[in-house]
Amino acid sequence: MANDPIHQFQIHEYFPLGNFAGMDFHFTNSALAMVANVAVVTGFLYFATAKKSLIPGRTQSVAELSYEFVASTLKSSAGTEGMRFFPFVFSLFMFILTANLFGMFPYFLTATSQIIITFALAMLVMLVVVGYGFYRHGTHFLGLFVPHGVPGAVIPLVSAIEVISFLSRPISLSVRLFANMLAGHITLKVFAGFVVSLASLGVVGVGGAIVPLLMTVALTALEFLVAFLQAYVFTILTCMYLNDALHPGH
Amino acid sequence: MTWLVTSASAQEAAPPAPAAPQPEPAAPAADAHAPSPDTTHSEVGAAEGHKGPFPPFDTNTFPSQILWFVICFGALYLLMKRVIVPRMAAIIDGRAQRIAGDIEEAQRLKLQSDTALQGYEKALADARGSAHKIAQTATDQAKADAEARRHAIEADLAAKLAEAETRIADIKSRALADVGTIAEDAAGAVVEALIGQQPTRDEVSAAVSAARAQ
Repeated sequence: MANDPIHQFQIHEYFPLGNFAGMDFHFTNSALAMVANVAVVTGFLYFATAKKSLIPGRTQSVAELSYEFVASTLKSSAGTEGMRFFPFVFSLFMFILTANLFGMFPYFLTATSQIIITFALAMLVMLVVVGYGFYRHGTHFLGLFVPHGVPGAVIPLVSAIEVISFLSRPISLSVRLFANMLAGHITLKVFAGFVVSLASLGVVGVGGAIVPLLMTVALTALEFLVAFLQAYVFTILTCMYLNDALHPGH
Repeated sequence: MTWLVTSASAQEAAPPAPAAPQPEPAAPAADAHAPSPDTTHSEVGAAEGHKGPFPPFDTNTFPSQILWFVICFGALYLLMKRVIVPRMAAIIDGRAQRIAGDIEEAQRLKLQSDTALQGYEKALADARGSAHKIAQTATDQAKADAEARRHAIEADLAAKLAEAETRIADIKSRALADVGTIAEDAAGAVVEALIGQQPTRDEVSAAVSAARAQ
């Protein structure tokens, strides 16, 4: 029971906030994780850049590295015009990265292993893309669905495919992040559970438990990589979608 | 895995308790990290509703999660946009500007030193040229002086030579003039010795002149 791999995704309600429009609102462990996330990200970046030194120290280097990493990702995908979205993309990257890394601490909830959070993130990106696309280009934004150089006869078909692919973006974006974090944490917990189960069997079990222990160690390293990689993937896809909003003409 | 079944059946057996406010708000917080997962699960399950054995798909948690996501991400976005990003942009752009300014300053100084070097080389070449010119002028001057002096001495010598020649010519003509008188005397003496009779001066003179004319 203690080894149940699903238990780590359980949402606990700490105290209720009331009932609005037929929905119960609570302060949950997911909320705590996100509040801590914001506090850690902001606190770290604030104090790391407090000295504003010309020659950065270690923490300032890390902060600048994150800034320049996101800036170069955004610039390479969406051009210098895309830098108007920098605070948004930077917030996304830092939020997802920190949420993923929080999940690497035992007993911490991984906010990005909740489909509703990743879906909210993906919908936010889509709303920004669609909202800015129409605000900037008006109906020309719909040109996104009509690629250039396509013969007139197949335009309806191609446009239908483009629309479907556009509509599937928030789903793929959210499910990718959610599934990666969920699967990784379940796998980790299952292998860690094997260690405990085998070790409780006696001397032979303790010897046999070494294999899943090594596996757990390796998976932990892999999970750190995945935590960073998924944050990067989400960020770079966001940049590409923002590029569509900035330059809908392909 | 058995507890899932038992707790699910327990939930089914329990009376449905939809969107009702929690009976005791402090209880879940206290029980959240209870050692027994069974009590935790049943407690949460009772509080959250009947369905959803898989927590991420439990729709009862969605409103709270969305609410807190909006609050947290909104706060993060505002903090990034207002505080962190301007600050980091100031640091990074400031550094880039500083580097660009330093490079520009270095280029300016290099240009300055190049100009100074060129000026120095030009001054050196000028000085060399003028030294050469001064030396040339002095040589020319000395040469001209020597030439002039040589000319003067030559002219002096020529004058002296001419004077000497004049004197020689004078003496010569005077001597030649004396030759006639001597010849007349000698002729008169010769004629007197021959004929015993002294010829007249005019006759002797005419004869000498005739002889000299030949």
